[in-house]
Amino acid sequence: MSGTTITGGLLDAELRRQIGALLPLFPTRQAAVLPALHLIDGRLGHVPPAAVVELAQLLGLAPARVQDTLSFYGFFKQDKPRGKHRIWVCRSISCAVCGGEPLLTHLCQRLGIQPGATTTDGQVSLEFAECLGACDMAPAVLIDDTLHGNMTKEKIDEVLEEIVRGKT
Amino acid sequence: MSSEPVLLANIAKTDSHRLDVYQAGGGYRGLRRVLKEMKPRDVVEMVKSSGLRGRGGAGFPTGMKWSFLPENHPGPVYFCVNADESEPGTFVNRVQMELDPHQVLEGVILSCYATRATTAYIYIRYEYPLCRRRMQAAIDDCYAAGYLGNNILDSGFSLDVFIHVGAGAYICGEETGLLESLEGRRAWPRIKPPFPAVEGLFRKPTVVNNVETLACVKQIVDRGVAWFRSMGTPPEPGNPRDPGSFGPKLFGLSGHVHRPGCYEAPLGITVRQLVDQFGGGVRHGRRPKAAVLGGLSTGIVTEPEFDTPLDFSAPLAVGCLGLGTGCVVVLDETYPMIDFLHNSCRFFAHESCGQCTPCREGTRWALEMLERIKANRGRLRDLDLLLEIGDSIGITPGTTICGLADGAAWPIKTTIRKFRGELEEYIRRTNPQGYDALEPAEALTATEQTPANRSTS
Repeated sequence: MSGTTITGGLLDAELRRQIGALLPLFPTRQAAVLPALHLIDGRLGHVPPAAVVELAQLLGLAPARVQDTLSFYGFFKQDKPRGKHRIWVCRSISCAVCGGEPLLTHLCQRLGIQPGATTTDGQVSLEFAECLGACDMAPAVLIDDTLHGNMTKEKIDEVLEEIVRGKT
Repeated sequence: MSSEPVLLANIAKTDSHRLDVYQAGGGYRGLRRVLKEMKPRDVVEMVKSSGLRGRGGAGFPTGMKWSFLPENHPGPVYFCVNADESEPGTFVNRVQMELDPHQVLEGVILSCYATRATTAYIYIRYEYPLCRRRMQAAIDDCYAAGYLGNNILDSGFSLDVFIHVGAGAYICGEETGLLESLEGRRAWPRIKPPFPAVEGLFRKPTVVNNVETLACVKQIVDRGVAWFRSMGTPPEPGNPRDPGSFGPKLFGLSGHVHRPGCYEAPLGITVRQLVDQFGGGVRHGRRPKAAVLGGLSTGIVTEPEFDTPLDFSAPLAVGCLGLGTGCVVVLDETYPMIDFLHNSCRFFAHESCGQCTPCREGTRWALEMLERIKANRGRLRDLDLLLEIGDSIGITPGTTICGLADGAAWPIKTTIRKFRGELEEYIRRTNPQGYDALEPAEALTATEQTPANRSTS
């Protein structure tokens, strides 16, 4: 979280510039809310209520308009930053019939957390996902920006090792 | 079956996602020709006469959708690409955007020219990061090459394309939910009419088309209407409401098969052909029990129903909602249908947007019942109750705004009607004391605390 402790708020000059650059893409300011939330989430690892208020001020919207949108999408967390890495394990039908749920259980045990939680060292957040659209390589796991297909307990352990060693 | 792949022709090449590779295979030649020789109206007519129907699930005729745009509207007209592919079992748009983004983009540019749209938004789900990168690189290359931006190829036609990233909500694939999401609001589907063509994004005339549909537009422009209509199933004689099912289709195949993957075949191949000839049959030497016909929402077919043609009308005859996305998930003889039903109900309960009470409450109720049944407290009566919920939610009975609830209902209805014996046997076996009770002997007080059903959002 170092680097986010900017005086005057959570949204630093660079974030404000990036959000400002969204505005010409749409005829309304409300339309910038979702991409702006992604920018904030990408930087802060979550979107705390104070950031919602700042974003609303920046866009000239009521904070409730931003919060209303944010709260609809389960994607954005507000209470605390997620881990350095985010793991989604698919639980929908193609992955379920190919062993997705034992994989999720294995990860829960290995990381010592339930889906939705973050390891105490702040390294990894674990979540289940509805269909990742990778049914041809079920069971599938999305780790940060990389899709991992045909996963087994052994393979996911290897990937986790690499993450911990900072290679991924 | 015999025809060479067209939609997938490029993806076998090395670096198929790159502009130079795409152009070496004739890419953007069609765009150059159209901008020089054809009027927008000609392109609309061409797509109309091809009989192309939307590949995203509903199968609405694409040319007709375009022709609903008001004539002589001062504009702007918006174009939205639905790349929020989230239907369980479905992944063909991902393959297209990752491996052949320029084919999709050429289809977008052609379609925007036809509909006189000057701004296009490509709504890509968050879970497709590589698609996002590849599509953005393709867009950047197109600006540099003069295929996007102001006065494209000196035609006087201008177009800007932007990528918009979703945030993990299935409902954004519903076209008016997508529009709401694009406008920065919760993705609650809109009551129709007005349809998007009349009043869509930012209250302007808007077209929303699926990724695969746009790739088909590009191929129709290149190869012609006769080529497109040479494949597929002609309209049913004597049924004026059936426009037929023409052209090639991408079929996603997954589940218990030897070779899961994205395959191209003419509309009308059967589930069995897809499973056996493309997928190499069921793995581990087992027999198939059932298959999701075209994405989870469409419901299931039993093994004897595998001879059903995958076109826009035949699935209706076996009780399915429709062709859907054309993505088949095979379940082998060992897979318990109660688990399928539970998985399906869990998905829709999680993804119901909450706007309409019958869907929000119905999907949740169905899931809670399934969880109770799986916790050995099922009653035979629950199956009738589930069917009642299935018949009460959705556009079909007219109780919801969008079709999500129909998608939740069809897996319930088809599974219970086709596998009632197996489900009853499960309930009798797991709850020998109370299977015929009228009321649950023990109410479900807490959701089973297994990792997979714990809510993370």
